[in-house]
Amino acid sequence: MEKTWNNKAWFMVLPVLVLVAFSAVIPLMTVVNYSVQDTFGNNEFFWAGTDWFTDVLHSDRFWDALTRNLAFSAVILAIEIPLGILIALNMPKKGLGVPVCLVLMSLPLLIPWNVVGTIWQVFGRVDIGLLGYTLAALGINYNYVNNVFDAWVTLIVMDIWHWTSLVVLLCYAGLVSIPDAYYQAAKIDGASRWSVFRYIQLPKMKRVLLIAFLLRFMDSFMIYTEPFVVTGGGPGNATTFLSIDLVKTAIGQFDLGPAAALSLIYFLIILLLSWIFYTVMTTSDAQK
Amino acid sequence: MARINLDHIRHAYGPKPKTPSDYSLKEVHHEWNDGGAYALLGPSGCGKTTLLNIISGLLQPSEGKILFDGKDVTNLSTQDRNIAQVFQFPVIYDTMTVYDNLAFPLRNRHVPEGEVDRRVKEILDMIGLSDRAKKKAQGLTADQKQKISLGRGLVRSDVSAILFDEPLTVIDPHMKWVLRSQLKRLHKQFGFTMVYVTHDQTEALTFADKVVVMYDGEIVQIGTPAELFEKPKHTFVGYFIGSPGMNVLPAKIDGSSVDLDGQKVALSFAPKIAAGAKTELGIRPEFVRLGREGMPVTISKVEDIGRQKIVRASFANRPIAIVVHEDREIPSEPKITFDPNAINIYADSWRVGGEA
Repeated sequence: MEKTWNNKAWFMVLPVLVLVAFSAVIPLMTVVNYSVQDTFGNNEFFWAGTDWFTDVLHSDRFWDALTRNLAFSAVILAIEIPLGILIALNMPKKGLGVPVCLVLMSLPLLIPWNVVGTIWQVFGRVDIGLLGYTLAALGINYNYVNNVFDAWVTLIVMDIWHWTSLVVLLCYAGLVSIPDAYYQAAKIDGASRWSVFRYIQLPKMKRVLLIAFLLRFMDSFMIYTEPFVVTGGGPGNATTFLSIDLVKTAIGQFDLGPAAALSLIYFLIILLLSWIFYTVMTTSDAQK
Repeated sequence: MARINLDHIRHAYGPKPKTPSDYSLKEVHHEWNDGGAYALLGPSGCGKTTLLNIISGLLQPSEGKILFDGKDVTNLSTQDRNIAQVFQFPVIYDTMTVYDNLAFPLRNRHVPEGEVDRRVKEILDMIGLSDRAKKKAQGLTADQKQKISLGRGLVRSDVSAILFDEPLTVIDPHMKWVLRSQLKRLHKQFGFTMVYVTHDQTEALTFADKVVVMYDGEIVQIGTPAELFEKPKHTFVGYFIGSPGMNVLPAKIDGSSVDLDGQKVALSFAPKIAAGAKTELGIRPEFVRLGREGMPVTISKVEDIGRQKIVRASFANRPIAIVVHEDREIPSEPKITFDPNAINIYADSWRVGGEA
């Protein structure tokens, strides 16, 4: 049978192509374009090759910010994942408590990032903030504006407050999908509470945990709004993450070339790390 | 191994049951012998799993007591009752190997490792998974997984009872036979008290010494397969056991004679029936004789099922099934007679005695 060639099909996919082009391809290519050229405004561009990439990779500023990012992600993952599992395990499985807990858990997730930032910015202020004022009244020397450690603690606690719920909700979804028969069988097999967690709950939560881990990693690695609102990257550069650094370079100093190179490197790091995590976590699954 | 006493057990899932219909399990009061093989048989939702879970301790009965060897275990947890239970769908520990899955119930009870190894190898051999002992349980097929569940139920040698909740549902028919006969052999060998829940009558009848037929939250009859077949205590048992089930015809009883919509049948005894009861006559299709004498029937369909033919007919304005040997001719003017010893009389669905 002869195939009928019908070019109308292209028109059907055209809207999607246009949408993807405008939303992803064109902006990304613009960035690529900036990253290999130098400009002094007036729409004059000079070929710069890989200079900007070399510059960025050789700057301490970049490595310092990257280290801060990695440290921040590591700390919040190390706290949010176990804490999320712990809360999910203790959430009620049925009754009136379920909707109450779910709504309470969802609340932080519904608040816009900059509002979260503002809340904590005010909350932590020593002069008027509930937290800052209380701590000061208790005689604890707390000030996130000029103490590096306090600034980090504030950001980490804020992120935990904002995002642990996501881990909780994902784990909870994994937990409630475990059929009752598993718990009954474990009881009959005489399994301890720890064995039930280790051999039933954890394996069954594995997939949702992988998603939770990746989402939290990517989000925390890209964090911008909250530290920008709370600490503005300070004190000094103590909480200047890659994203804040990027905005400073691009908009503050208007160095479009280095900023574009930095964003591409930033993008590739996230992509690479996510891929590594995903591969490591799923290959253990495939080994039988 | 233990004798199990169910002492006036009742169970309702909802709070504060008032009327009998609030109870998912109506009063059960029975003694089950040590080393007996019992099958709980009944349609879905009849309360058999509820009863099983009450025995295993996964469920607390709303009322009544349960005793193992005379000791009250009603408030003991499943662990303390020392029960093994196999569920309908495979429950395996994904991250463990097949071997570790089977060893799990033993290791949790701190059985010496040498003994664990001996028991696990024995069970692996029985369920035919010896060659996969070191593999992760996750990659197995559904029926292999169910065999592991079954094996975990059998691995402990000191259990009070082993409970099976429709364990062979996911196993393919051939393997069902093999596993069932292995269970039967194990039962003979070790004398475990076994309780087996099923809705498949063949499974119940081949597995158990005593079959417990449940209907609508109530035990309607406990008996040997032969008793269930010949003297069903309740019309439900007659209908549920046997293929096709018992013919149940509305009947008017007058002394020792029965009036089936104009057709008279003589009984060998005079059943005592309370006034106003709904009376019925039950007769198994196997005991209806088709010939040239007796009461006229109209044949609507003949099903040939190999060694036998099932004749579907209309008798006294009621459908009736008759089992006929495959070589027997079906007469052109068919008439039937009932084997007088095989007639059962029911008042309000319960069998009326007066045994001759």
